[in-house]
Amino acid sequence: MADGYKKEVDHISGVETTGHEWDGLKELNNPLPKWWLYIFYATIVWAIGYWVVYPSWPLVSSYTAGVLGDSQRANALAAFEAGMAERAQIGETLVNASLEEIESTQSLLEFAMANGRAAFGDNCAACHGTGALGATGYPNLQDDNWIWGGSLEEIHQTLQYGIRSGHDEARFGEMPSFGADGMLDKEQIIQVANFVGSRAGIEPEAGIDLAAGEQVYAENCAACHGDDLKGMKEVGAPDLTANSYLYGKSIDAIRAQVTNARNGVMPAWAPRLDPATVKSLAVYVHALGGGE
Amino acid sequence: MDGTMRAESDPSGAGGQPDEWFASAKKIYPMAVHGTFRKIKWAVLFATLGIYYFLPFVRWDRGPDAPDQAVLIDLAGRRAYFFFIEIWPQEVYYLTGLLILAAMALFLMNAVAGRIWCGYLCPQTVWTDLFLWVERQIEGDRRERMLLDAEPWSVAKVLQKLSKHTLWLMIAWWTGGAWVLYFADAPTLVKSLATGEAPFSAYLWIGILTFTTYALAGHMREQVCIFLCPWPRIQAALTDEDALNVTYRYDRGEPRGSLKQNRKRVDEGLPAGDCIDCYQCVHACPTGVDIRNGTQLGCIQCGLCIDACDTVMDKVGKPHGLIAYDTDENIKRRMEGRETVVRMVRPRTIIYAGIIVLVGAIMAYALVTRQHEGMSVLHDRNPIYVELSDGGVRNGYTIRMLNKRLTAREFALTVEGMPEGTRIEAVGISEHVDGAPLVTVGVDTTRELRVLVFSPAAAQLDKSTPITFRLRDTASGDTATASDFFKAP
Repeated sequence: MADGYKKEVDHISGVETTGHEWDGLKELNNPLPKWWLYIFYATIVWAIGYWVVYPSWPLVSSYTAGVLGDSQRANALAAFEAGMAERAQIGETLVNASLEEIESTQSLLEFAMANGRAAFGDNCAACHGTGALGATGYPNLQDDNWIWGGSLEEIHQTLQYGIRSGHDEARFGEMPSFGADGMLDKEQIIQVANFVGSRAGIEPEAGIDLAAGEQVYAENCAACHGDDLKGMKEVGAPDLTANSYLYGKSIDAIRAQVTNARNGVMPAWAPRLDPATVKSLAVYVHALGGGE
Repeated sequence: MDGTMRAESDPSGAGGQPDEWFASAKKIYPMAVHGTFRKIKWAVLFATLGIYYFLPFVRWDRGPDAPDQAVLIDLAGRRAYFFFIEIWPQEVYYLTGLLILAAMALFLMNAVAGRIWCGYLCPQTVWTDLFLWVERQIEGDRRERMLLDAEPWSVAKVLQKLSKHTLWLMIAWWTGGAWVLYFADAPTLVKSLATGEAPFSAYLWIGILTFTTYALAGHMREQVCIFLCPWPRIQAALTDEDALNVTYRYDRGEPRGSLKQNRKRVDEGLPAGDCIDCYQCVHACPTGVDIRNGTQLGCIQCGLCIDACDTVMDKVGKPHGLIAYDTDENIKRRMEGRETVVRMVRPRTIIYAGIIVLVGAIMAYALVTRQHEGMSVLHDRNPIYVELSDGGVRNGYTIRMLNKRLTAREFALTVEGMPEGTRIEAVGISEHVDGAPLVTVGVDTTRELRVLVFSPAAAQLDKSTPITFRLRDTASGDTATASDFFKAP
C-alpha cells in the first residue's frame, strides 16, 4: 500500500476514512462485501463468454457471428416460414370447403376475413380503394349495386376470371359506342340520355323530347338494360335506376358513355393468386356488406 | 489515485489508501434458541412452506372444459385461476389491487410491530431458517460449527459438508420444482418431469430456482438482507416511536457488566443494569447484529434475541423482557418515571388499515360484480357509412364478444337507439330470433364478427345517432352492452 499512509478514523461514526477530502468533508470507507466484487468479475467473464457464443463485435464489412450462429434475421425468417406453412395448411382446408361452409364455419371465416383483408389491400385497393368504395370506372363493392351479381358464387367467379380480361372464362359484355360508331345521331343521344337520367332521378335538360328518348331507348338499349331499366346481370348491363353509375351519374356522363362507351377491365385473379386467397377475397368482399 | 494528486487534496500528508476497499463477509454462526418466538417462527415456517410446496396439488372442480387445479397461472392459455376466481389478462388490475393491499399490509405491520415481514414471513428468512436447521442437524450448534470450520479437512469433515450441501440442494431443487407446478397441471407435470418429457423451460426454471435457493438461503443469508434488499432502507421511514420493535431496554440493562462486575458495583453502591453482557443475543442473531445498539438496518426483528435473553434471565433469576417488543416512547417514559403507554390506534395505523379496507372492498365488489360476458365494438373507418339502393344507410362494425363462463353460450345481438325497422346482421350467422343474430361463443373465449346495421329506407337520420349494442345470453338473460354511433350522410 501507499507509503506514509496513516489510518484515519472519523471520530463521529467510528468509521475509517478513505483519505479523500473536499473542503474538510471526508469520505468514509464502508467497504463493500467482496462477493459483490466477485459478481462484478463474473459478469465480465459472462460478457466474454457472450462474445464467443453470440454475434457481438462489428468488423469492417461483417461481424463476429458467434459459435452458436444465432441470427435474429434467420430466426425471423424461420418464424415466417413456419407461419406460412401453417397458413398453407388452413388454405388447403379453405380450398376444399364450399364458400357457404367457409362463411358459416367460425375458424374458416376468421382466417378468410384476415387473409382476404390483406389480399384486398395488396391487389384490389389500387382500383377499388382501401375501403372498397370504388371510383369512377371502378365499381363500389360496399353498396348493393352489382353489375355482374353480388352472391358469393358470382363474386368468386368475377374474381377468378375477371371481366373482359381476355381469360377464356372471363365475363364478357360490351356497351356499344352508339355515337362513335354512327348508330345514333347526336340528337338521339341527347334524347336518350335525358330519358335515362329522368328515370334515374336526374332533372332532365329543358326542351328535350323525352318521349322520343324513350323510343330510342326501347329500340337500342332495352335489349340489355331491360324495359324497366333494371339492367341484366348475365351480360353485365348495369341497372340504370341505381343511385350510382360506374362512369358518373349526370346527363353529360350518360351522353359520353352512349357516344363513346368505355368498357373497363377487371383482371382474372385465378392465374395470379392461389385458390385459397381468391376464395378468401370472395368471402371478404361478400362480407363487406353489399353481398347478396 | 496517485500520490501527487493525493498530496494536493490532502496537504496534511495524513492521506493515503486504506488497506481494504472490499471486505470479506464475516461468517455468522447463529446459535439455536428455544422460546416463544422460536415457536412462532417454526409455526410460520411450516404454514408458509406447506402452502408453497403443496398448494399446486390442491384440486378445484371447474367442469370438463377448464383445469381442475386450484391455483394455476396458465401462461399459454392466458388465464389465471385461484380457486373460484378466474381472471383474463385484461383483468390484471386485480393484481394491482393485490399489490396495493400487500404494500399497505406491509406498512401496517411496520407501524404496529416493526419488520414482521422480515423476521417471520420473508422467503429469504424462512428458507434461511430451514437451511440453518439442516446445518445444525448435521454439523451441530454454533460452537461445533465454528470448531468444524477451523478444523483441518478430514474424511469426517468432508462427509459432513457433503451431506449438508446435498440436503440443501435437494431442498432447493424441490423449491424450484414446486415453482413450476404453479404454471401447469401439477400431477401431469410431475409425471413428465420424472420421465424426462417436460418442456425445456420447466427444467430451466427448476435449475434457476434451485441455484437461487441454494445460493441465497445456504450461502448469502444475511448478506441478502444487508446488501441486496431495499426493505431495510424503506423501513426507517415507516417505523416511529410508537411502533413495537424488538428493543433492548437499555433503561433496565445499563450499565451492563458481567455478574461478578455488577455484584461488585452493587456492593460499592453504584448502579448496575440487568444486562450481564453474555453476548447470547448476538450469538443467536441470524444477521449477526448487536440489538443493544438499537434498531438498525441489519436487524430483521425476528425476536430470536428475545428468546436467547429470556433464557439467560431465567438462569440468573431476573425477570424476562430485558429484550422485548417495546417502543422508543416507553423507554423514554420509564426513564422519566412515567406510565408506559401502548398506542396501536394512531393516525398512521388508522390510515393504513383504512386503505386496506377500502381497496379490499373495491376488489371484493369488482370480483362479485365481475361480468362474465363482454363486448367491444369498432366502427368501420372507411367507409363510415354506405348508401343503399333502397335509400337506406348501412354501417359496418367489428364486434368482439367475450364469454368468460366455462360453458359455451348463445347470445342474441340487438341494437338500440335506431328507428323502427332497423335490421342487424352478423356475417356468417344465419340463425336469428326476432331479427337478432344468434351468436355462439365458445367456452371461456372470445369471438370476433363483422356486424352490419341497416337503417330503414324511409328513416330520417342525423349525421350521427348514438346507439347501443346489447348482447343477451338467451339462457340466463345476462347482458353486456357497448355504445357506438350510427353514421349517415
